[in-house]
Amino acid sequence: MSLSLEGHTYVVMGVANKRSIAWGISRSLADAGATLVFTYAGERLGKNVRELADTLETDTYVYPCDITSDEEIQSTFSQIKEEVGTIDGLAHCIAFAKTEDLEGSFVETSREGFQLAHDISAYSLTAVAHALKQNELMPEGGSILTMTYLGGERVVQNYNVMGVAKAALDASVRYLANDLGESNIRVNAISAGPMRTLSAKGISGFNTVLKEMEEKSPLKRTVTQEEIGGTALFLMSDLSKGMTGEILHVDGGYHIIGMG
Amino acid sequence: MAETLERVQKIVVDRLGVDESEVKMEATFKDDLGADSLDVVELVMELEDEFDLEISDEEAEKISTVADVVNYIDSQ
Repeated sequence: MSLSLEGHTYVVMGVANKRSIAWGISRSLADAGATLVFTYAGERLGKNVRELADTLETDTYVYPCDITSDEEIQSTFSQIKEEVGTIDGLAHCIAFAKTEDLEGSFVETSREGFQLAHDISAYSLTAVAHALKQNELMPEGGSILTMTYLGGERVVQNYNVMGVAKAALDASVRYLANDLGESNIRVNAISAGPMRTLSAKGISGFNTVLKEMEEKSPLKRTVTQEEIGGTALFLMSDLSKGMTGEILHVDGGYHIIGMG
Repeated sequence: MAETLERVQKIVVDRLGVDESEVKMEATFKDDLGADSLDVVELVMELEDEFDLEISDEEAEKISTVADVVNYIDSQ
């Protein structure tokens, strides 16, 4: 099946390297002919993003954007509006927690670690949605997508504060969907099965999580970047225009299993 | 071991943008090759793919020099 997004422009926030879920989404959107606008945090990742963007055959733009700063989100978005024009969708693929908060006991999470994880991983979606609105960057019919994980719904060993932040993110999706619905802007999330990304590698004992997926998920395997990208393409296109506030699990069915 | 070193060198050169001659057995990733913590994680993932093996968190933490990587891979 082919789905054309030619003439459409999407912002993708959070590509770190070629393994990033955000990169899988970018490739799917680019394959469909979309113009892509990437944002990155810090020059360390900027280099990776520019190199990757250059490999795509579609038009690309790259901007720095530190999502912990409201001023920077504002200035990046107004720059995008000026230089690229309005956008049809935005993929928010951003999360962060300190390594020491992704192992051991959740009960030992520090106030600072909790705030940091929630600021970057949950609040940033609201900050971004607000800035989209203020800059009139996303007209009616737009689609906002974020990445969540099962650890926000159920306990996943070592996911700890990130699970709590994902629960806040999931709830944010619903409240934002309700607020932005009157502007005909949709807000949805993909709950991806665990993948070998740079972020996932920061979680203690991550390799065992992948093994569990292969043993217990109905599809008996982990999911791929292309599969997440395909679902993202659906959520960014008019094929999903009746859906908002939804969390779609792309995890080989792992979330339905009680005792495997 | 020579072949392992060559394959490791290629990955390190690609990832860290250093010259191949700098990637000696005794070179440390952080001090000599300028790798930050994210680079180390990315290197570990590239090595896992290249050599089709799994480097546990505990083993990854022990990696300091190029020799540590080569010896670990050859011991698998």
